[in-house]
Amino acid sequence: MSERMQEMTDISRKGLWENNIGLVQLLGLCPLLAVSSTFINALGLGLATTVVLLASNVSVSLIRKLVRPEVRIPAFMIIIASFVTAIDLSMQAWFYELHKILGIFIPLIVTNCAILGRAEAYASRVSVDRAAIDGLMMGIGFTLVLVVLGGLRELIGQGTLFNQAHLMFGDVAKDWTLVLINDYRGYLLAILPPGAFLGLGLLIALKNFIDKRFQTPQTVTLNTTATAEA
Amino acid sequence: MLLKHMARTGLLLAMFAVIGTALVAFTYTGTKDDIANSQREALLKSLNVLVGNLGYDNQLYNDRIQITDERWLGTTQAMTVYRARKQGQPVAAIIETIAPDGYSGRIKLLVAIEYDGTLAGVRVLTHKETPGLGDAIEAERSDWILGFNGKSLSNPAKKGWAVKKDGGKFDQFTGATITPRAVVQAVHKSLQFFRLQRAELFRSASGDNT
Repeated sequence: MSERMQEMTDISRKGLWENNIGLVQLLGLCPLLAVSSTFINALGLGLATTVVLLASNVSVSLIRKLVRPEVRIPAFMIIIASFVTAIDLSMQAWFYELHKILGIFIPLIVTNCAILGRAEAYASRVSVDRAAIDGLMMGIGFTLVLVVLGGLRELIGQGTLFNQAHLMFGDVAKDWTLVLINDYRGYLLAILPPGAFLGLGLLIALKNFIDKRFQTPQTVTLNTTATAEA
Repeated sequence: MLLKHMARTGLLLAMFAVIGTALVAFTYTGTKDDIANSQREALLKSLNVLVGNLGYDNQLYNDRIQITDERWLGTTQAMTVYRARKQGQPVAAIIETIAPDGYSGRIKLLVAIEYDGTLAGVRVLTHKETPGLGDAIEAERSDWILGFNGKSLSNPAKKGWAVKKDGGKFDQFTGATITPRAVVQAVHKSLQFFRLQRAELFRSASGDNT
């Protein structure tokens, strides 16, 4: 039992940190860079991606013994595309304004290599519970990077945080907007695309710095297995 | 042997296609009404910001006509005009229009004009102007767009319908003249369009009118 727990913690740690989609695997960069201009946009796309990752990982793992290797990629793509379309429709129904802002990036979740990558490299080879934890943690890891980058860009670019939170949480969130810097004229670079690249670069550097700082022999071996797997 | 293998694989793939399509169809029927509702609510919300205080009593969302007029509405596509009425009498028209000459492409606007030709308000629907410079035309970013409230073809007179740099009455932004210039021109054109077409706009029945 405790061995199982150990394994689940291992999968979680890889998803959240050691093999993070945004910072280590560098997959799904297109939506990551395009949508991370504010905290709420980033959170919306992150959660949608997490739901798709979880659902596709579970289904791919469920059918892993049924699918023949020759047609596995088209089969996975059908599954992923169906889930993405379902999410797209649901968001349009219940988070209409947020959906309008995120626009094309919701349907484009289908092309996020991270999702097919997890299905092919991991979920199609392991049991359902492992695939589920992996999908969830990879998704949360991706969401965290999105949210941190979005928060940073919003803060530096506009001087606010949680602007337009009502798009996601309804009218109660109308005044959640934190104006952290009053009378701030904004710093354009942070909002424009180059700001996204610079921000992501800094986050990756920060992660590498933290890893180096707390490096122990044990994590070094773990790191190598992680890269081999990816 | 090979054929059998191919047939089996094909069938398997077809089965996935059927299941996937079923999932999408199921979600579609489940969310169809909610999507239509959200779209209507979002649109009504933006219309009511402009004409909500004029006390109309008709179904604004349904009382609309499609109009194509490149000269006055800036595009060859059909634009929607919503008509607000009170007890059958015209109150205001909300005209969708395009400013074709923004700094980076088309700016789509909602222009609400009261029956007497006064502007009830203007809002930007979509645009691709530079963040931090041209996007001050959005009501969330600055009060500039509110400056149109209460204006009409005679206030200011024709020469005043331009940005200050061009000798008009409307402010430009620091570092962005093209964007406000495009918006001012588009609003002026919709006012002229309204003066020419007012009777026709309110007379025709809802539907396509090109």
